[in-house]
Amino acid sequence: MAKIIVEVMLKPEILDPQGQAVGNALPRLGFTFATSVRQGKRFEIEMVGEPTDAQMADIHKAAETLLSNPVIETYLIKVEN
Amino acid sequence: MKIGVVTFPGSLDDRDALRAVEMAGGQGVSLWHGSDNLKEVQAVILPGGFSYGDYLRCGAIARFAPIMSSIIIAAEHGFPVLGVCNGFQVLAEAHLLPGALTRNHELHFLCKDQPLRIENNSTMWTSGFQKNQEVVIPLKNGEGSYQCDDATLNILESEGRVVARYLGQDPNGSRNLIAGITNERGNVVGLMPHPEHAVETLTGPSEDGLPFFTSILHQLVGR
Repeated sequence: MAKIIVEVMLKPEILDPQGQAVGNALPRLGFTFATSVRQGKRFEIEMVGEPTDAQMADIHKAAETLLSNPVIETYLIKVEN
Repeated sequence: MKIGVVTFPGSLDDRDALRAVEMAGGQGVSLWHGSDNLKEVQAVILPGGFSYGDYLRCGAIARFAPIMSSIIIAAEHGFPVLGVCNGFQVLAEAHLLPGALTRNHELHFLCKDQPLRIENNSTMWTSGFQKNQEVVIPLKNGEGSYQCDDATLNILESEGRVVARYLGQDPNGSRNLIAGITNERGNVVGLMPHPEHAVETLTGPSEDGLPFFTSILHQLVGR
């Protein structure tokens, strides 16, 4: 059984007020290591067997039509066994 | 004149939109998200609310509802569509309008009477306004910050496709204070503020929203 990981992030030029709010909260808690925080989404999709080339193509299609909005977001796909 | 209003699971303002259509003198027709039947309406309003719980992204799941497949094809052939708030988000996700609506820059859900300037009165939904008319219409959303790339912004501005702009203090971080835009043809309009909540002074801050509904009726009669 394979697990498909799809990570979706706002493009760098898109304002991320949620990430900024987290970034502002860190130093208040004494965590001073961060210079910037961006917040994104992670999807874990389970499937039977290893994805075929055709299925990988479908996964990319799903990532760019539903899981992300290419106008404001980018996505990254990883396969875990 | 029949104007359809789509109800998605989680739509909130469909009844107010139907009522606004009736107050403007039209016949409001309720449309269901799960059917692709437009019931011979001559224009469609996508109302505000939280379609499909706004899970994933606002409007992202509603955009694939059966009714949307009919609306997208019709809109590409000039069929008039107005998207208000969540409806605007659905139109952006459906790529009928450019750009996207993102989280308000101060992260707050806003609910206020918002001053606006109607800058484009040549669309099917705004022809009843004076150019640059200043109006007050309720704004209520958590994700109303209009974002697009520089090239898109330049096209919208140079082609006069900014329909409405926020006046006064920036409410949500939208690029160039954009509150509403139209497509090239002027048949599809997306608007974050809610004109259906400003059609009579008993329940709204003004009657400034009414021209959106009378405009489309006049346009359809004149066809």
